[in-house]
Amino acid sequence: MVAMALPVRSPEASIPTAWPERPGSPSRLGDPYLPVLFTVADRLQEAPDIWTLALQAEDGEGFAFKPGQFNMLTSFGQGEVPISISSLRSGDPLHHTVRDVGPVTRALCQAPIGSPIGVRGPFGTDWGVQDFADSDAVVVVGGIGLAPLRCAMQALLDGLGLPGGPRKVVLLFGGRTPDQLIFQSDLDAWAEQGAEVLTTVDMAANGWKGNVGVVTQLIPNAPFDPSRAMAIVCGPEVMMRFTIKALIERGLMAASIRLRISLERNMQCGAGLCGHCQVGPYILCQNGPVVTYDDASRLLAEAEL
Amino acid sequence: MDSSTSPQVTNHPFFAGLPAPAVEWLTQCSHNVSFQPGQAILTEGAPADNLYLLRQGKVAISTHSPGKGHLLVQTLGPGEALGLSWLFPPFQWQFDARAVEFVEALALDGRCLRERIDSDSALGYQLLKRITPMVVQRLQQTRLRLLDLYSADGGNGTARA
Repeated sequence: MVAMALPVRSPEASIPTAWPERPGSPSRLGDPYLPVLFTVADRLQEAPDIWTLALQAEDGEGFAFKPGQFNMLTSFGQGEVPISISSLRSGDPLHHTVRDVGPVTRALCQAPIGSPIGVRGPFGTDWGVQDFADSDAVVVVGGIGLAPLRCAMQALLDGLGLPGGPRKVVLLFGGRTPDQLIFQSDLDAWAEQGAEVLTTVDMAANGWKGNVGVVTQLIPNAPFDPSRAMAIVCGPEVMMRFTIKALIERGLMAASIRLRISLERNMQCGAGLCGHCQVGPYILCQNGPVVTYDDASRLLAEAEL
Repeated sequence: MDSSTSPQVTNHPFFAGLPAPAVEWLTQCSHNVSFQPGQAILTEGAPADNLYLLRQGKVAISTHSPGKGHLLVQTLGPGEALGLSWLFPPFQWQFDARAVEFVEALALDGRCLRERIDSDSALGYQLLKRITPMVVQRLQQTRLRLLDLYSADGGNGTARA
């Protein structure tokens, strides 16, 4: 295994009893292993199998997090799963966008208003949108990968053209079918706020006026300057590999690409202890899920880790 | 289809790096075309007579199925090329294509190209260096779509929580 730049948890590391110190990370949930009860306040169907849940804390307060972080959600009687935070802004009511892909996520998608959901978090690294000053921010997303990027997109647009903000924001969003292009109202709002929003789908029925093809097809002609671009990539790992290749062919520096290693890496404890989410030297619930391409490039090339 | 005889060749990536004599020759073998939204550009089974280099607008490639109408295969836009069947027998379009938006393109005459590159292998090599990557890229894109990566099981059929 090659040496990596990110820190590795040493075998001597003690069991954490409190939240690690992260600027902006809340400690209001207390014990990182103890789910805190939230209540489903609202639910919105984003796609045939995708729902956004608005969760209400007992104290009614918003939920502080950084764009890209995730929570562990418990559907009582079913199990616990890692789900990205999809609130539009930190401090807003807690939103999670969930796709029905198995028994736990199905229970979450079907959770009625008023039902309890256990929440542990937030966990993990963030997209670091504060580093995109004066850059052309290029966000390339596949499928439900837009959920962990919803807050990052809004943060980038809130700073668009301001000191310390990006010079341009470009979103390239690929989905399976038109009805799987989630957050339609956000896409429209972001375009009005100045983002260049380009979408494409893998399959579409006759009458679809949008693009048909893989998301990488949008990259060669997307309106950004590769010499000053920084990219965020989120989606299935195969999609990310080909997207990175296309971005580098367009002229981006590898060091300017950030990506999110899939949550499918079986995150369980969220605190860096259980090792289920380990990829090579990384404990992704703490060293990830957002990593730089420079750090992750060799890992992405591995068939199995 | 509208056409004019003063082709604009230099602003399409297909011509990037092409020697000036080759550009000049291709200019003589091409003409500007435009299509209104909904207008057919290629028809399955019809003679494949042009390579279209798209400058503006969006084109939908499709095939038809009884009772289902046109089935969308892919869309192409500015900077991309439409139609490769002019290069190989039987020189017939394999799919339909129509303009989704107003389309402007440069049409390179397929018969003219074939005759020229048969006798000018250097030019043929230059053309194939530009066409082959397009074919490879579309093959890779098609493979990615075959994986159905955005499906509920991520395209790998594994159980998930």
